[in-house]
Amino acid sequence: MTTPAIQHCNDFVIKFANVNGSGSASANELFARAIIRMGVPVAPRNIFPSNIQGLPTWYEVRVSEAGWLGARGGCDMMVAMNPQTWDRDVAAIDPGGYLFYDSTKPLPPSKFRDDITVLGIPLTAMCNAEYEDARQRQLFKNIMYVGALLALLDMEFASAEQLLVDRYRGKDQLITANVNALRLGYDYAKEHLPCPIGLTVKRADAVGDRIMVDGNSACGLGAVYGGATVAGWYPITPSTSVIEAFSSYCRKFRTDPDNGRARYAIVQAEDELASIGMVIGAGWNGARAFTATSGPGISLMQEFFGLAYFAEIPAVIVDVQRGSPSTGMPTRTQQSDLLSCAYASHGDTRHVLLFPQDAYECFSLTAQAFDLAERLQTPVFVLSDLDIGMNEQLCAPFDWDDSRRYDRGKLMSYDELEAGKDFGRYLDVDGDGIPYRTIPGTHPTKGAYFTRGTTRNPYAKYSETGADYVYNMERLRRKFNTAKDLVPAPVLKKAEQPTHVGVIYYGSTAPAMAEAGALLAADGIHVDTLRVRGFPFSDTVMQFIAERDAVFVVEQNESAQLRSLLINEGEIDPKKLVRVLHYDGSPITARFIAGKIADALSDRKVSPIGQPQRKVAS
Amino acid sequence: MTYLAKPKLLAADAPRNALGYTRRDYEGAISTLCAGCGHDSISASVVQACFDLDIEPHKVAKLSGIGCSSKTPDYFLGNSHGFNSVHGRMPSVLTGAALANRNLLYLGVSGDGDSASIGIGQFAHAMRRGVNMTYIVENNGVYGLTKGQFSATADKGSKSKKGVVNRDNPIDLATLALQLGATYVARSFSGDKEQLVPLIKGALRHGGPAFIDVISPCVTFNNHAGSTKSYDYVREHNAAVNRVDVILPKAQIEASYPPGSLRRVVQHDGSILHLRKVGVDYDPADRIGAMNYLQERQALGEIVTGLLYVDSSGQDMHANLNTVEKALNQLGDAYLCPGSKALEALNATLR
Ligand SMILES: Cc1ncc(C[n+]2csc(CCOP(=O)(O)OP(=O)(O)O)c2C)c(N)n1
Ligand code: SF4
Repeated sequence: MTTPAIQHCNDFVIKFANVNGSGSASANELFARAIIRMGVPVAPRNIFPSNIQGLPTWYEVRVSEAGWLGARGGCDMMVAMNPQTWDRDVAAIDPGGYLFYDSTKPLPPSKFRDDITVLGIPLTAMCNAEYEDARQRQLFKNIMYVGALLALLDMEFASAEQLLVDRYRGKDQLITANVNALRLGYDYAKEHLPCPIGLTVKRADAVGDRIMVDGNSACGLGAVYGGATVAGWYPITPSTSVIEAFSSYCRKFRTDPDNGRARYAIVQAEDELASIGMVIGAGWNGARAFTATSGPGISLMQEFFGLAYFAEIPAVIVDVQRGSPSTGMPTRTQQSDLLSCAYASHGDTRHVLLFPQDAYECFSLTAQAFDLAERLQTPVFVLSDLDIGMNEQLCAPFDWDDSRRYDRGKLMSYDELEAGKDFGRYLDVDGDGIPYRTIPGTHPTKGAYFTRGTTRNPYAKYSETGADYVYNMERLRRKFNTAKDLVPAPVLKKAEQPTHVGVIYYGSTAPAMAEAGALLAADGIHVDTLRVRGFPFSDTVMQFIAERDAVFVVEQNESAQLRSLLINEGEIDPKKLVRVLHYDGSPITARFIAGKIADALSDRKVSPIGQPQRKVAS
Repeated sequence: MTYLAKPKLLAADAPRNALGYTRRDYEGAISTLCAGCGHDSISASVVQACFDLDIEPHKVAKLSGIGCSSKTPDYFLGNSHGFNSVHGRMPSVLTGAALANRNLLYLGVSGDGDSASIGIGQFAHAMRRGVNMTYIVENNGVYGLTKGQFSATADKGSKSKKGVVNRDNPIDLATLALQLGATYVARSFSGDKEQLVPLIKGALRHGGPAFIDVISPCVTFNNHAGSTKSYDYVREHNAAVNRVDVILPKAQIEASYPPGSLRRVVQHDGSILHLRKVGVDYDPADRIGAMNYLQERQALGEIVTGLLYVDSSGQDMHANLNTVEKALNQLGDAYLCPGSKALEALNATLR
């Protein structure tokens, strides 16, 4: 061995190379959760192809007692279970790292590296000896390597065992069989391998009360708590599991206990056009309705977004972004639908956007989206992405204030109409740009109006008069300005030392950004950071930019969409906003962000600390 | 075309229905369509049907797509909420509306361009989903609003106003509706209110996906020799298979109808359709027979009208989804939000 073996406790990256469809996902998850049960935070990520069976898939577990949940990059240990990707997987290990493999079939020395530690276990042979059934051999092989890892990493066997007990509660046979496989792997490693290796997990108290859940499930749950009763949808990766989660939470929480009937309706539409059409019809008729989709779906829904914007109909759209354009990289992550959502549809449309950073906010912002959609009578987009949507992550436990009531917005009631209140569907009564609405069936003779995508006067009468059109557009602009203070406020984090450099970022970039800030500070580079959580941008965002000499805008797309949006909406000098772009489909890392910012600052000779010595020039 | 406001004066002796409403209470804004447009007659028939059935106007939601035909909901039922959506997409918007509140009557109005071209997918899926609605296509064989292009229902060989001959095969929406699962399928002619009004009434009372294809001549672009959707052509080739009377549950005086030539269909809500046979021995309970009959007659250049098919035992979308009786848009917070306790329990399973 030419390089000293890596020695790290509670701080390393382990990667599992598997074959899609081999049933490894639940074993890998078992491993990640066992570490959490030992009080050590982990950040697991799936890297999977756009197919069902046979192609390579990876599962990466970042173990970080410090609590960094962004992707780190690199890999200290590879569990290489896929012969197809062997060479690539072996090459991916950091010098001094570890290779774990199934040694049933001997491999020539050329297949290894001499700067890593190789750990072989004859998994296939052991499984063949233990199990008759082919599927069992496959599934228990996965559990067996988890058992071996427990021994190699000096983990508590009981934490994984208890997880199996919890997972298969009531199915004793499954518990026994799984624990048996786990034990076989564990014992073999203890006996034949140098346990523990340099990577170890030691019990800590760094997880707290956090939960581990994926963002899409959280969005589905958020829709239940947000009061959604109608969902129209069409399957598309990576958003499908939002609706699947909504459906299963609805079955659990929204089934009438007296008669088993549903207090919700979910329709798998024929396409995205129909799904958003259903959402708009339901929203028009006073139900809280939503859809979940991804970039291609957003493209198809454009005409309807314009209608909902102009006819002022509440709708919630969860967009789980993926690698685009076109089919792009459907199972990889990006933040590249920002502009197509912000200005979705033809003409002068602009939409309210929310940017969750993790599963907790997928829950809370999705729930809030329904209040905003009804308050503002407009479509509201929740911009999630594959990284937060489809990966389980540690996040704050879900919470709900029971005194909270849904904000149904400005609904004119039967009584108000009966009392003779003036009703003009598009009248700006309160000066905030938001008119009052009635829902169908409210009153026999008052308050009915005709909804259309064509211009109308404040009383909803068809009009082609320029003045009526202008009044309406100005009111819509006023309404959009009102939204500025209703969307969640940005989160400012001041650097430890005074600085004139700032960073703006959003969504799933958050964990990597938090760590990047720490990396930079350790190098004496101090940056204030601002996480935007909603569009339209509040004045705080523009102020943040105005008060700094240079602001880095970190995002995961090629064309710097957040930067464009800031420039456009805030009429900001483009020279002031520096691009930090990551868009190869993998989640952005702290190393990448910190490297880019440090490089840019050294290139530009800008002192990050104290008074500016020289302005940033482009 | 006129923009004159409708006079508010009302004859003191104007007839009132059981709700005390006059026909005027079912009217809407003044039509802006061409004088003589078939679509206006259909609006008048809708007014008549709703008046006759004592329907509370505010319990009707009228939805449409885009086109001259889709403008018509503005011209009837002024006390109903209306929604002029986007071209060809009325069915999904109506489906969503129906999901939100199952307790209103849904009236979808569309054109042949709207439903047979850009919107054929949505038309098909609304039928197969069993949305409880009355879906009327005002079928003139052309695009009226964009000035006279052939639509997908124009007959092969028929001529446009400029003399261009249509070379493409037509789509027969009634046959499609039959195939896709509509449980009430009718065809009529805008110029034959006596037939059309009861067909609309039957559809409004149906309680499932009801489709009516109404041939509705476009006087401006498709009412000339060579058109198969002109007033003259339709009058000459109309082959009615039956005539319908709708009898409300509260007015079941069956004895006043001559037996023998009648077929009696009881609908979900207790209303009864009386089908008086006209000439042929036509069975409106036979879906496949109806499709065959339509095709045979179409080949002979005939336009079969009447109630083509009815099955009042069918289930609607809400039954399939097993949704609660109460409208989903009226469920209060307590019925929707599981609350913090449930969340705490859920959190525990995620650790
Ligand atoms: C997406 C879209 N494409 C095209 C149009 C233009 N357009 C408006 S009405 C219409 C045709 C309407 O024809 P039909 O449904 O037969 O109704 P009619 O006017 O004949 O009653 C078209 C193509 C549109 N409004 N939207
Ligand atoms: S163009 Fe044709 S369809 Fe349109 S209003 Fe005139 S007559 Fe009717």
